[in-house]
Amino acid sequence: MTRLANLFRELRSYPSAVAGVSVIVIMVIIAIYAMVTIPYSEAVRLWRGGDNVWLETPRNARPAWINNFRREKLPESIIMKTTEDPSLKTVMDLGGGLATSDMLFEFDYYYDAFPSEISMFFTAQFKSARPNVSIKWVTPDGREIRLTDLTVRQSESYRISQDSAVSRRLGGVLPEKGLFADPNDPSKVNKGTYQVVVEGLVFEEGSTLDGSLIVYGQVHGLAGTDHRRRDIMVALLWGTPVALAFGLLAAVGSSLTTMTLAAAAVWFGGWVDYAIRRINEIVMILPLLPILIMVGLFYSRSIWAILGVVILLSIFGSGILTYRSMFLQVKQSGYIEAARAYGASNARIIFRYMVPKVIPVLIPQFVAQVPNYVFLEATLAVLGLGDPVLPTWGKLLNDAYTSGALFNGHYYWVLEPAFLLVVTGLGFAMLGFALDRIFNPRLRGL
Amino acid sequence: MSKIETTADRAVPARRSASGTFARIARYTLVRGLTLVITVIIGVYLAILIANGGGYVDKIREGQIREQISLSIAGNEALRDMTMQERREYEQNLVAIELSRRGLDQPFMVRSFRYLWNGLTLDLGSAEYLLSDSGSRQVRNILGERLGPTLLLMATGQLLLFFTSVFFALFLSRRYGSVIDRIVVAMAPTSAAPAWFYGIFLILIFAGLLGWLPFGGMVDAPPPPSPWLRALSVIKHLVLPVGAIVVSSIFYTSYYWRTFFLIYSSEDYVDMAKAKGLPSGAIERRYVLRPTLPTIVTSFALTLIGLWTGAIVLETVFGWPGIGRLTQMAINLFDTPVIVGTVVIYAYLLALTVFLLDIVYAIVDPRVKLGGGERRS
Repeated sequence: MTRLANLFRELRSYPSAVAGVSVIVIMVIIAIYAMVTIPYSEAVRLWRGGDNVWLETPRNARPAWINNFRREKLPESIIMKTTEDPSLKTVMDLGGGLATSDMLFEFDYYYDAFPSEISMFFTAQFKSARPNVSIKWVTPDGREIRLTDLTVRQSESYRISQDSAVSRRLGGVLPEKGLFADPNDPSKVNKGTYQVVVEGLVFEEGSTLDGSLIVYGQVHGLAGTDHRRRDIMVALLWGTPVALAFGLLAAVGSSLTTMTLAAAAVWFGGWVDYAIRRINEIVMILPLLPILIMVGLFYSRSIWAILGVVILLSIFGSGILTYRSMFLQVKQSGYIEAARAYGASNARIIFRYMVPKVIPVLIPQFVAQVPNYVFLEATLAVLGLGDPVLPTWGKLLNDAYTSGALFNGHYYWVLEPAFLLVVTGLGFAMLGFALDRIFNPRLRGL
Repeated sequence: MSKIETTADRAVPARRSASGTFARIARYTLVRGLTLVITVIIGVYLAILIANGGGYVDKIREGQIREQISLSIAGNEALRDMTMQERREYEQNLVAIELSRRGLDQPFMVRSFRYLWNGLTLDLGSAEYLLSDSGSRQVRNILGERLGPTLLLMATGQLLLFFTSVFFALFLSRRYGSVIDRIVVAMAPTSAAPAWFYGIFLILIFAGLLGWLPFGGMVDAPPPPSPWLRALSVIKHLVLPVGAIVVSSIFYTSYYWRTFFLIYSSEDYVDMAKAKGLPSGAIERRYVLRPTLPTIVTSFALTLIGLWTGAIVLETVFGWPGIGRLTQMAINLFDTPVIVGTVVIYAYLLALTVFLLDIVYAIVDPRVKLGGGERRS
């Protein structure tokens, strides 16, 4: 215990180690938070998306906080639903089953940019006669623009932005621009209070009609959204436990097995040693990434299967030779002689006497290896071999890359996962460097 | 970013006759070459076993053959009069002939050795979807066309990285403790991120925001007509990927080698040389650089090996038309022959790297003997 306490005292004198440890602690907290607030199955469901999961978020929206750094404010989404706010709807019975069901969506729009899309959604209950709606747009200066008349099925969506008739009526501009444009200067937003007036008519007793208006903004939440309207925050949060687990498990798994193998090679010597060295030479020329690609293509893309293969292929490599030369020295020590004299078994000597001896050398190397594996996961994902269901940082980068995010100026989409990758990688690397100096006295002061 | 033990054994300067050195290196090269050939054969065999694990690839092929034959039978007017039974028998017969023609009816062990030979000679038949730029479907042609750009990119990047970091490290070891030295030490952990990752940022800054350099590719489209302008255009496209390679590793390698130089320059024989009054350039060359050279070469070899496969994503990010980009395209199209071909090519490239470095190693380290197990300390 005192050794551990000493280690911590020494670590505190390295600012890089303090920074590294703090980063790792923060990452672990984020990982736990992610797993608690979004359970695994929920994360998978959210990331798979689909018709109804991300109906209310804008496409390719930037994070909302960038408005703090801009003079021209970008719009956030405006969502109004009669199911949530019944005061938006007035129902009047006309007798004989006939009833009006009018809705008035009134909202203030004081942003400097146009929204990205406008949509309306209706739900209705009826037996055979579909309700009817007629929709009208009222601008702050009092102009009325007729949008459309619809007969509503059980669920009906009306994408105003895609209505070419509205576009034509506005003089050939996109509806989300034309409806909000200043009549004197069409490039500017006409700020003020807008109204969407829906005159609904139901034809049956007990038939109901509900509606909602969504004016999709250009910013959303803390992280923004991607091309499929998914909130990037989900992947940023869930990427953390995945990255940590992948990096740590791969580093622990490969370095422990490497060390055990090296110890066995030295202890048994002879053909065991020879075989391990020859296998090592073969594995060194096996290209890790292409092999992983083949495994991902032909067997399984699950991140855990890939993890297993990574560990298997990383066991061999330059590390095993380093450990081997260390164990060669350890083998000559007196206490090994003593252990052999009292009749300790081979396994006991390897695991109780030889391996613990070189663990201090292992720790800095192991910590410094973690970022390599974190980035390996991202690398595979960028190649399109990411886990098929889990959201990860690498998959975000891949999505961003395949939809040309840099080319189209969606920088946030690349920068957010990249930032987390860098921070995590730097955290482990800085701690590893500090540990290396503590455990390797020759490096101290250099 | 693999680490080599910093407390490697030190070189004892030894003098040998030139002819002795030559014979030693020749014998060493021969033995190393033979071992590597065997290693490559085993490596490629393993790769083929993985690629065809559980007969998966064979099943795809068999399915394709069946589909082709049943389509050709369905479209054949002459066979209209046959009964269902006859037609099915006829089809089975054709499938069996085709399978045996392609050797798919042989046991897997026999086939795997034929695949091995085909793999080693890169005789991988025709690609399923990809075409070479000249229109060939042969995997060998497709790969051959892509080899040049990859070699150009990696050679430029790696040589630049090697020489800059050696000289930078020497410079830093002379200015130990200065501001620039501290900055490099502090920046060393940034090398945890791979080259393609820095590539994204370089593209963002120099192509996206500033617009100075192209987003990717190898030449302008359409390529300029005169060879000089074309070369200039290639150089322009090289800047960012090469920059990404250098930026991703320069701090770590400089830091690592500088530390190494510092450890070696505190040796007694260096102090002795200083006391003799030798100029510092001579001290660096003879007493610091020479004993550390084997270790530097080793660590460079390991960087190289890491970079080869790192090129796959680097080329993808930059749209560089090399083997790496080809691999990525083959993954997306599920083009098995091309994927196996790239694995073989990478195995060859890695083996070649190891081989060349072994020779360089034998030249710079006079202690290297045949079968020396501790070469990669």
